[in-house]
Amino acid sequence: MAVLTIGAFPSLVGSMTLDFSFKLAEAAVAKGHKVNFWLSGNAVMMAKKGQKAFKDYSHIEKRMMELIAKGIEITVCEACAEARGYHKEDTPAGMKRASMDWYLAKTFNSERVLHIGGE
Amino acid sequence: MAAIKLCFVVQHPPYKSENPRLALTHSISSQTAEIHLEDGQTVVPTLILVGDGVLNAVKNQQAMKLYGVTSTESHIKNGLLIDMPVWICKEDMQRLGLKEDQVITDAEDMGAELKATFVSFADINKELEACDHLMFF
Repeated sequence: MAVLTIGAFPSLVGSMTLDFSFKLAEAAVAKGHKVNFWLSGNAVMMAKKGQKAFKDYSHIEKRMMELIAKGIEITVCEACAEARGYHKEDTPAGMKRASMDWYLAKTFNSERVLHIGGE
Repeated sequence: MAAIKLCFVVQHPPYKSENPRLALTHSISSQTAEIHLEDGQTVVPTLILVGDGVLNAVKNQQAMKLYGVTSTESHIKNGLLIDMPVWICKEDMQRLGLKEDQVITDAEDMGAELKATFVSFADINKELEACDHLMFF
């Protein structure tokens, strides 16, 4: 088992990059790897619970909650979230909030870090 | 002490997107990463400005006056203050017509001892090969 840390920065709507990031995490977990998942920049859109599924837009909340239930550690950048009006009470169950040093610290014990940039 | 070397590569100009700011704030946060680590473990960042990313280091930015936000100049100076190496690509400066006196070289006004370094793209590539993890903004 390896440790993979993913840093995801793209927005939920506008490209399929964030979808890809979660699918990648799902595939890694399915292979038995440990995944740390950092959401920052526009990707902190995932820090708002109760997102409604429309077929015109990406909807990843369900997949994210399933991954959290499987033990993946998903942490959102607290400053990026607060700047966008996503407060602690908005955060989906099981998602953590931390400052950016959390992400850097997770790289220490990771075999691979995949930094998936934003817009 | 066990250390992991991280390279933060900035390729975008300031203010056009959030990317450069995120690179700067994430790299500076290395200063406190140790609170999440065990004794003796640390992360060591290098900030590398390439392509249009070298524009983040232009002197005398007026971001606070014009946009009401901190400038990438001030963030880079904060990076120097915490002794984070700041590398600026010489070839990209030439491409953009930037002279060394137009770009941040130090943060002496803040008490920093470290200076920014103007380096060739070849040297940057060597640094990228030597780092453990690459963060490409």
